[in-house]
Amino acid sequence: MAPKLDPMIGRYLRTEIGGVPHRLYFEEAGQGIPLVCLHTAGADNRQYRHLLADPEITRRFRVLAFDLPWHGKSTPPDGWEREEYRLTTESYTAAIRAFCASLELDKPVVMGCSIGGRIVLNLAIAHAAEFRALIALEAADFQQPWYDTAWLHRPDVHGGEVCAALISGLIAPHSPPVSRHETLWMYMQGGPGVFKGDLYFYRVDGDLRERVKAIDTRRCPLYLLTGEYDFSCTPEDTLRTAEQIPGVEVQIMKELGHFPMSENPAKFREYILPVLEKIASGP
Amino acid sequence: MTPPDRFARLPRLLAADADLMRRGHWLTVECRIDIGAEPFFLSISAGAIANLDRGLRLMRSTAFTFRAAEEAWARYWEPIPKPGWHDLFALTKRGAASMEGDLRPLLQNLQYFKDLLALPRLAQGA
Repeated sequence: MAPKLDPMIGRYLRTEIGGVPHRLYFEEAGQGIPLVCLHTAGADNRQYRHLLADPEITRRFRVLAFDLPWHGKSTPPDGWEREEYRLTTESYTAAIRAFCASLELDKPVVMGCSIGGRIVLNLAIAHAAEFRALIALEAADFQQPWYDTAWLHRPDVHGGEVCAALISGLIAPHSPPVSRHETLWMYMQGGPGVFKGDLYFYRVDGDLRERVKAIDTRRCPLYLLTGEYDFSCTPEDTLRTAEQIPGVEVQIMKELGHFPMSENPAKFREYILPVLEKIASGP
Repeated sequence: MTPPDRFARLPRLLAADADLMRRGHWLTVECRIDIGAEPFFLSISAGAIANLDRGLRLMRSTAFTFRAAEEAWARYWEPIPKPGWHDLFALTKRGAASMEGDLRPLLQNLQYFKDLLALPRLAQGA
């Protein structure tokens, strides 16, 4: 009997980010318009495995999902043991642009979730000409913090378990238990301090209030989609952000939370397929 | 059934959940949960409820307290809670609940406590 194989292929890309050599893991499937997917804080590209295996998407899009440095199977840079990991707007933007440039992607679409959604807003502000379209999931210019990140990395609290337990509430109650727990499993596997380091970008360095007004959707279309059960980036946060961006398309997704692509892939599909259809049939 | 009456069923609800007790087996702690104006003093031993005292106990010392209004608990315990009422931190973020004291045992066993305090969802009706 033939083996049952998922369609995506995983590879390691050698590239430099900010002049530092990196080895980035990514998976890809499909052909056509490049669609680069950015995972949430403290997680990895597995969140997009359902998109990577969806023939309705991969027949027109070359879907690529990479693990940020320090995440998943991307190794941290040499000497990581001598620094505290902190993601910044600059380093995150550089990683995405390095990935796209190294693979010679021609005007890719970038879709990111949570911190990935926030950095997509920064791409729209600062690098719109490089992209065909941008999709920000669970994104806003700013969100009110709801816990102290000091709990995420200390020897008397299991980092993986506390990260997963904290974010478990961001998953909609409607999400299938299997998908809920797969989403949590990825959080349990993050490296020590990595989720906390990602949130430095989210909370300290990546405040885009006022700056989102500079987004010009005529140069690059922008789509915002947020789950109604996301109390971290609330629908109100996303709608407030959208009000400042003429031409943006915004949608609040019913029965979804902060991890739409992994917590309920079938439900997310209902929302993302029309967006991708619009992008594919656009100019 | 009032929210405090529902919470009073917690020992029976946990006793029926062997998996949750297994996940809490490293946990022994005294904590206080306020259901509106009514305090409950919860003694947890190796993941099981050793004792649940309902009502005020003068000068009772606990590691931490989690408190929310009756309405918040009632909405949190709906079979499918509405957005913003579906998680303990959703409640604290909206100002409908608060926590204080030594939060370390809470954070060390956070999923256990989330699941424990959600058990009254199973105690619907009369």
